Amino acid sequence: MRTLIFRTVAPFLSSLMILFSVFVLLRGHNEPGGGFIGGLIAASAFAIYGIACGVSPVRRALYFHPMTLAGLGLLMSSAAGLLSIFAGVPFMTGLWVDVPLFGDTVALSTVLVFDIGVYFVVVGSITSMLLALEERSSD
Amino acid sequence: MQSTMPSTTFMVLLLPFFAALFAPVLTRLFKHNAAWILALVPVLMFAHFCGFATQISEGEVVTGGYRWIPAFNVNFSWYIDGLSLTFALLITGIGALIVLYSGGYLKGHAQLGRFFSFILMFMGSMLGLVTSDSFLMFFVFWELTSITSFLLIGFDNKREASRRAALQALVVTGGGGLFLLAGLLLIWNVTGISEMSLLLRSGSGLSDSPYYLAIFILVLGGAFTKSAQFPLHFWLPNAMEAPTPVSAYLHSATMVKAGVYLLMRLNPVLGDTVVWQTVLPLFGGTTLIVGTLLAIRQTDLKLMLAYTTVSSLGLLVMLTGFGSEKAIEAAVLYLVAHSMFKGALFMVAGLVDHGAGTRDVRRLGGLMAAMPITFAAAIASAISMAGLPPFFGFLAKEEIYAALWEPGAWPLLLTLVAIVGNGLMFVIGFVVALKPFLGPRKQALSHAHEGPVLLWLGPVVLALASLGTALFSSLTHHLITSPMSSAVAGTPVEAHISLIPHIGMPLLLSAITVVFGIFAYRQVDRLRSTMFRLLETIGWGPDQGFDQFIRGIVRLSFRVTRIIHSGSLETYMKIIFILVALTILVPMVMFDELPNLPKMPESIVRYDLAIMIIAAIGLFSVVLAKDRLTAIVSLGIQGFAVALIFMLFGAPDLSFTQFMVETLSVVILALVMTRLKLTPTDHRPLHEKIIDIFISVAAATAFMLLLLKTVQVPFDPTLSDFFTRFSLSIAHGANIVNVILVDFRGTDTWGEIAVVMVAGLAILSLIRIRARPAEKIAANDPTDGEG
Repeated sequence: MRTLIFRTVAPFLSSLMILFSVFVLLRGHNEPGGGFIGGLIAASAFAIYGIACGVSPVRRALYFHPMTLAGLGLLMSSAAGLLSIFAGVPFMTGLWVDVPLFGDTVALSTVLVFDIGVYFVVVGSITSMLLALEERSSD
Repeated sequence: MQSTMPSTTFMVLLLPFFAALFAPVLTRLFKHNAAWILALVPVLMFAHFCGFATQISEGEVVTGGYRWIPAFNVNFSWYIDGLSLTFALLITGIGALIVLYSGGYLKGHAQLGRFFSFILMFMGSMLGLVTSDSFLMFFVFWELTSITSFLLIGFDNKREASRRAALQALVVTGGGGLFLLAGLLLIWNVTGISEMSLLLRSGSGLSDSPYYLAIFILVLGGAFTKSAQFPLHFWLPNAMEAPTPVSAYLHSATMVKAGVYLLMRLNPVLGDTVVWQTVLPLFGGTTLIVGTLLAIRQTDLKLMLAYTTVSSLGLLVMLTGFGSEKAIEAAVLYLVAHSMFKGALFMVAGLVDHGAGTRDVRRLGGLMAAMPITFAAAIASAISMAGLPPFFGFLAKEEIYAALWEPGAWPLLLTLVAIVGNGLMFVIGFVVALKPFLGPRKQALSHAHEGPVLLWLGPVVLALASLGTALFSSLTHHLITSPMSSAVAGTPVEAHISLIPHIGMPLLLSAITVVFGIFAYRQVDRLRSTMFRLLETIGWGPDQGFDQFIRGIVRLSFRVTRIIHSGSLETYMKIIFILVALTILVPMVMFDELPNLPKMPESIVRYDLAIMIIAAIGLFSVVLAKDRLTAIVSLGIQGFAVALIFMLFGAPDLSFTQFMVETLSVVILALVMTRLKLTPTDHRPLHEKIIDIFISVAAATAFMLLLLKTVQVPFDPTLSDFFTRFSLSIAHGANIVNVILVDFRGTDTWGEIAVVMVAGLAILSLIRIRARPAEKIAANDPTDGEG
């Protein structure tokens, strides 16, 4: 699998895919996309990078253990849900804030935080699975 | 309901649990003297409950509470009447003495702080139990007493015997707790009432309900296990593995009376039926006789007392079930008397053990000079236990005979049972109180000495209380006996009995008991050896039965595990798909719910057809593939085709996800295949393949029919309308699918991502497992030796 072409292209391809996954994640509320799909795209990006260049570059690039990312995601999603309790509304009620940015307003919300959490859980869980499977040579 | 009282009561109910938190720290600071500080907790609670006494003696009740889960009408509420109050006073009063006693008994023990913690937690649980109004709260505290009892019995967790005893107590009382839960839920369902106070006031119609018998059996299941009725009594003597303060407190004075409390509490609504008045005296009477006979056989002071506790509980159940107001009054008197004298006698047994180093009655003797205070407390308590004046036990005994002496064969039989039981308890009482102290002093006991004040304070106070309550009997009746009897009977009851003897049948029966008791006391050694031989010849008891039961369960579960978990993935998959096919197809055929087969549309759009053909080609190449890698990739082709179909029918999100999932599945499957070093080709012989094809076609057909049927049911647009209408206006999102995922049904997604992560962790650890050569999987195979 580790052909020269593949190895050369893979880093660019992976980076583009991760960029695209973030794009899909962020636009998800209004257009097709969202945390789950974004997470899957990012996970396949890491899978491609791993298959092409080996697992250890991926681990280095990720810096954290993918499971840590998944844990962070779950924590973010839970925190996004719990935040509404402090606002005096039931668990998981979306809270919205309009932030002015470059003359435009951007609607930020706990829902977005929740979705980013979903993204991280999916990326983390699937990537850690894939990397562990790809790591067969180290056994 | 007062506005201030409930909240203080709430604090008082929580206080022991708080104290339990701080007990270890205090113990580290003050060693065993922390007992003096910790005993303040029950003393304070005792004072608080004393404050209710006059109010309750005038027939009032104290109630209060907070909403807990309003949606299910579950409250954290308490209800204090005469019955609860007496129990609360016993729990806190004796509790204070026990805390002090524990400080002396376990002085220098490394885990003393933990012990205090457990005792206080138990105290809080027991107090919650007797003051609970709502059923659910009652049940929670009931289970908490079982759990704290488990912790306390197993306190000496290095010894196998105490671990076994703790587990046994937990299994028996916890199992009974499940009965109780079912019983309470049934009452709740039948009456619609979930609070004791309302149930008592409702006048119920429970005894006429068709479910009465079921409720009765379930409630009895709870009460008889907790209160150690024959043949479920065996856990109580085994619980004597616990340190003596535990035996004195939980297994004589308080916890084991929880079952009696339950029966007394429900007596106004469940009693007054033939079943109640037959079954309760029958089991109670049997327990009384069996308990005393087994007690005679023992030589260990604590075990003798434990078996008489069993018989006393039997006596209480018998009296509660007898049905007359007098019998209830007798039960109340005896319950109070028993808590005082039995608590004291247990503490005496501990003192003797502490001072002389043994509890074996055959090796004890002549300790009177060395342990005068202990002896005094012991003799006073034994007199109360024997039912002699001037102690409270006398009043109880007289009232028992007054209640049971009625015309008829059944009361006569129960009177005889009571005489034999009381006579034998008389014997045990004096064996415990006299044998260790009188006679020549044994050589081995020369170092025997009196215990410290922490140890003898408890029995002395309890003996004095026995005396005081009897001397001022009219006050006792006014504050304790009458309110409690009224609560149990459901109608106002006045108690009058006093120490002044009243010539009549009860006194004569008492005299007979005493004569019988003295006679039996002189023959106690012969009785003991006779009982010993008798039990030897029987050779089997419920205690062994328990072991056989547990062993049977372990064997059974082992066998079931062997059958269900064959360890072969193929078998698992086969079972799953066969069951899927059956669960869908069988009801469909049985209830004649098969869908109408749709007609082929007149004209099929050409690219729809093309995609379907691609999917079919993908499937066929999976089946026909020469090696696994081809099959995996072909499966991906089929998946992509499905994703395209989703796209064409206007579900871009779904299609998008399907593409990604298919891609990743192919990658993961390919990796798994190389990782697990599978053979590159299918190894199944032809007949297996045919069976598998059959299963897969069946499952697929089932799904197809289910989907067709679902589509044919008229579509209910409520939800989709709701989402369309509010997606943008409330949740600020135009993509409805995503809004549903992260907002409307966010909690679902939250649960799902947690599952994703856990699944990821599980897969990760599965991959990381390295096969170890020839390791036995089931290390706890019951067939290869016990233990």
